Amino acid sequence: MGAVELGISAGMKPEGPLLSVRGLTRFYGARIGCADVSFDLWPGEVMGIVGESGSGKSTLLSCLAGHLVPDAGEVILATGAGPRDVLAMSEAERRRLSRGDWAFVHQNPRDGLRMGVSAGGNVGERLMAVGARHYGDIRARATDWLERVEIAAERIDDRPSAFSGGMQQRLQIARSLVTGPRLVFMDEPTGGLDVSVQARLLDLLRGLVREMGLSAIIVTHDLAVVRLLADRLMVMKSGRVVEQGLTDQVLDDPQHGYTQLLVSSVLQV
Amino acid sequence: MTGPGYNFAYLDEGTKRMIRRAILKGIAVPGYQVPFSAREMPMPYGWGTGGVQVTAACLLPEDRLKVIDQGADDTTNAVSIRRFFERTAHVATTTSTTAATVIQTRHRIPEHPLREGQILVFQVPIPEPLRFLEPRETETRRMHSLEEYGLMHVKLYEDIARHGTIATSYAYPVRVEGRYVMDPSPIPKFDNPRLSDCAAIQLFGAGREQRIYALPPHTQVVSLDFEDHPFDPGKAPHDCDLCGAVDSYLDEVITDDRGGRMFVCSDTDHCTCRRAAGHSGRLAAPLPAGRA
Repeated sequence: MGAVELGISAGMKPEGPLLSVRGLTRFYGARIGCADVSFDLWPGEVMGIVGESGSGKSTLLSCLAGHLVPDAGEVILATGAGPRDVLAMSEAERRRLSRGDWAFVHQNPRDGLRMGVSAGGNVGERLMAVGARHYGDIRARATDWLERVEIAAERIDDRPSAFSGGMQQRLQIARSLVTGPRLVFMDEPTGGLDVSVQARLLDLLRGLVREMGLSAIIVTHDLAVVRLLADRLMVMKSGRVVEQGLTDQVLDDPQHGYTQLLVSSVLQV
Repeated sequence: MTGPGYNFAYLDEGTKRMIRRAILKGIAVPGYQVPFSAREMPMPYGWGTGGVQVTAACLLPEDRLKVIDQGADDTTNAVSIRRFFERTAHVATTTSTTAATVIQTRHRIPEHPLREGQILVFQVPIPEPLRFLEPRETETRRMHSLEEYGLMHVKLYEDIARHGTIATSYAYPVRVEGRYVMDPSPIPKFDNPRLSDCAAIQLFGAGREQRIYALPPHTQVVSLDFEDHPFDPGKAPHDCDLCGAVDSYLDEVITDDRGGRMFVCSDTDHCTCRRAAGHSGRLAAPLPAGRA
């Protein structure tokens, strides 16, 4: 789909999709979590998933990231050794992936950070998890990343509990991106932040995503977020994808009744 | 307490069998924490209930037992555990490191190198080295099984960030045979190099946490560190004031309330043997009380 001509995948070989999802289904007992979700994510592409509470967005994201085991479907990831089904990998391989090749940004920074460990330690943890054993290097990279997410370098030894909500979220992003992942999952990255902080965070995220050529899947219920960040959009309702397409196309010319409702219920200030 | 009513070495044979199975598994997988169903012992948790159970399971009537607490044979914990086995197992006891066949220890490894055939039993309060960073037991077990030990270095990173150097001075984490990260019990990091390539069997028992782990003889044990902050065993910049030893782990003893202090070997047997062999330190004369 229209990812190649977006021109953001510089340096990546757009030979095939980075992630292709086929028929992903997860039930909670008799209830549907998400059903029969299929899509392709191309290198450098940002995909938004929107929908109301309970529409299965977070379930889908958790299944993709390996936090939940889906009942059916496959998630094929393009790796150096060819396409691999993430769900068929051993847990060790999957966790190695989640330490290096992809990252997960939680809605609540407290879920993604170690609150008892300094900011530098939080950023450094992922480096140490993939084998960095040189203190000076780890610290230099942590300092660099704190600056990239606009946290003053002298706060490197402060604990996240001494940070504001917006700083914690930026710290979580620094921690996720420090190992240079190819794919980032974000669950409501701006939820719980006030509007001005949201705007700065979005600005920062947009810069980082474009600069690093990241692929990202962003779950949100905030249409402004996807308008700013996402190339492509998927609208979910009751566990099913009701509409997908280019972001501007879906938002400006919604076809499905639910999407029309969603777009029209955004408050205009 | 003597006489009928107690099996040899207090525990019943079924329990000993269960503990021995755990020990054998521990030896087969060096550094792996084997769960076992620890019994209530007639002493409080924290006083060596795990070590006592391991010792009880290893003891034979012909064994010679030595018990040390912080290196000393004459401190409360050591005396009470030694007396416990004198009464319940009637084994011979000794204070000599070389004469002992089983040594139960709290917080030290004897200075004298151990030999083949000896068993060193450690008392362990918290067997999980990752515990203070990751409180969930399910998660730490998964981290051990998947060899995810980055978190252990986060602890050392925090030390350097806060203190400028790795300030962990006891219970310093080690990696066993390139596989399991292990808490060597609260021995000073000075003793860490002795864990490696030791000729004796080293057993670790944690009673409250119900875990046993082990190092078979001549196991490779490496203390974790950073490339630019290598492991340093550390040593007080003094000699022993009694026996003059320059390479032993020292206790600082306050001798008066005017700043007087002396440094003595923490391993009392080591110190005594050296003095008997004619070595003497700065204050080695028969000590007058309260000397400044």
